[in-house]
Amino acid sequence: MEKLPFERPVIKKLKAGMPGKFGMKTGVAPVTHIDQVAVSDLIAEHGSPLFVISENTLRRTFREAKRAFETRYPKVRFAWSYKTNYLNAVCNVFHQEGSWAEVVSGFEYEKALALGVEGQHIIFNGPDKSYDDLIRAIENRSLIHIDHFDEMYMLHEISVKTGSKPRVAIRVNMDTGVYPMWDRFGFNYENGEAWDAINRIMTSGKLELTGLHTHIGTYMLSADAYRIAASKLAELAEGLVRRYGKTIDYIDIGGGFASKNTLKGAYYAGTDTAPDFDDYAEAISSAIVNSQISPDNMPLLILETGRALVDDAGYLLGTVIANKRLSDGRRATILDTGVNLLFTSFWYEHQINPAQPVSDHTEETTIYGPLCMNIDVIREASVMPLLKKGDNVVISRIGAYNMTQWMQFITTRPRVVMIDAENKIHVIREKEKLETINSLERVPEHLKKFKL
Amino acid sequence: MRLKKNIAVSETGFVFDPNSGDSYSLNDIGLEIVELLKQGRSDSSVLTALNSRYDIDRASLEKYYHDFVSMLKYYRLTEERPDAGADSGHNPGIQPQ
Ligand SMILES: Cc1ncc(COP(=O)(O)O)c(C=O)c1O
Repeated sequence: MEKLPFERPVIKKLKAGMPGKFGMKTGVAPVTHIDQVAVSDLIAEHGSPLFVISENTLRRTFREAKRAFETRYPKVRFAWSYKTNYLNAVCNVFHQEGSWAEVVSGFEYEKALALGVEGQHIIFNGPDKSYDDLIRAIENRSLIHIDHFDEMYMLHEISVKTGSKPRVAIRVNMDTGVYPMWDRFGFNYENGEAWDAINRIMTSGKLELTGLHTHIGTYMLSADAYRIAASKLAELAEGLVRRYGKTIDYIDIGGGFASKNTLKGAYYAGTDTAPDFDDYAEAISSAIVNSQISPDNMPLLILETGRALVDDAGYLLGTVIANKRLSDGRRATILDTGVNLLFTSFWYEHQINPAQPVSDHTEETTIYGPLCMNIDVIREASVMPLLKKGDNVVISRIGAYNMTQWMQFITTRPRVVMIDAENKIHVIREKEKLETINSLERVPEHLKKFKL
Repeated sequence: MRLKKNIAVSETGFVFDPNSGDSYSLNDIGLEIVELLKQGRSDSSVLTALNSRYDIDRASLEKYYHDFVSMLKYYRLTEERPDAGADSGHNPGIQPQ
């Protein structure tokens, strides 16, 4: 007689009419395939845990965003925010789609150059640009976004020394009605510091002011904040024409669009609350089009969108190591992937689905990673089907920030694969090995031997 | 291990405990176990019955079985054995089996 498939026996207390703290909706349908590829095949071939990126989703999302802006504004350019995910294959998908590069360090700058992005298509942001970084960026005619006065004076100094005229923009921070206000980067709009910076650039004549930049925050749930930001930059641009007869080339509105992830503690799911690209595009485009800027001199609109372009394309596959009971009877599930690979679980209630068919029965469980520390929690409270040791799970919408902020803690980092448009699988980053880590270490001669 | 006599179990896996007024739901295997226990079957006889029907090794089955039974105890659906030191201040059900 053929034996029946086993599911863990479970008893669940029913709470009459009360949405418990674990929420009412279960949302635990199995995710057995990514694009057309079986999750079980991916894990069998490439191991667990495993990062998976869908090239189709990357391109589809990018084209949606591009369409939203290009149907509303005459000149649009995206610049891929490297820090969000700088795996070379991912960057190149965006470069093939026409994105420039947006970098915030010498390391990211070199990465973009090495991929073949021309210097004039690299936007160099951030507070930490070294003297040598700036020299190279100036030689390459890159767009340098000045963060503070010390950087401006360093650029003056280089300009005098080399006789070059660096192409710069200033980063502006401002009140967009969103709390907390990001005022630690760039020059403030409301207190006149932005104008002060502009005046110094225009009167010195050593720098070529090509644009105005802002990045008002990340995971911004308000499209209206962008309307305010774009209006304020447009006002500065118009003031430049009035005061100096200077027309800037571009307005760079930064990144920060929300992805469809659900923030921790949020009552509603991100899929229901996040504005879509059309909402953001409408707010930004109409603010610039309706500003005092002359229609003949409409600046290029640059977008440094990060997470909203890449989150949906990324998946993390994992495996159940064990089930446990906590002292108060609650269930705990331990996965082979923790906060070492899923940094964003500090912000998001990630969607976790079983990778194999399950019954309708669910259970409240806390989902832990494998690290030997208390903060290694993937989901504090989640309603899950009855997973058993060895079952696979799919964690969705993790394409942003995890593959750059991952930690090499306790164990090495796993492979990353990309599924292409023909459902072919490509390894785009190898699994780290002990040698990968050890190759960077040096043991002094007197520490090479020991006896126990 | 015995279930309290007055616990009502429906064919669909719905459990009502008249002592506390609480309701519970069981999955199919949970229901099967509860029915066998209601018939007064011993742990080992329940395990043998399940082992012959389901595709799982005996060690894993025992692990999941004991975990399940510990939840029945935790929810106070079982008869307290006189020797278990019926101390309502503790949750005897969640001790390791
Ligand atoms: C200057 C700048 N641009 C763009 C981004 C990308 O932001 P997001 O991923 O929220 O779109 C960031 C992220 O911190 C940033 O600092």
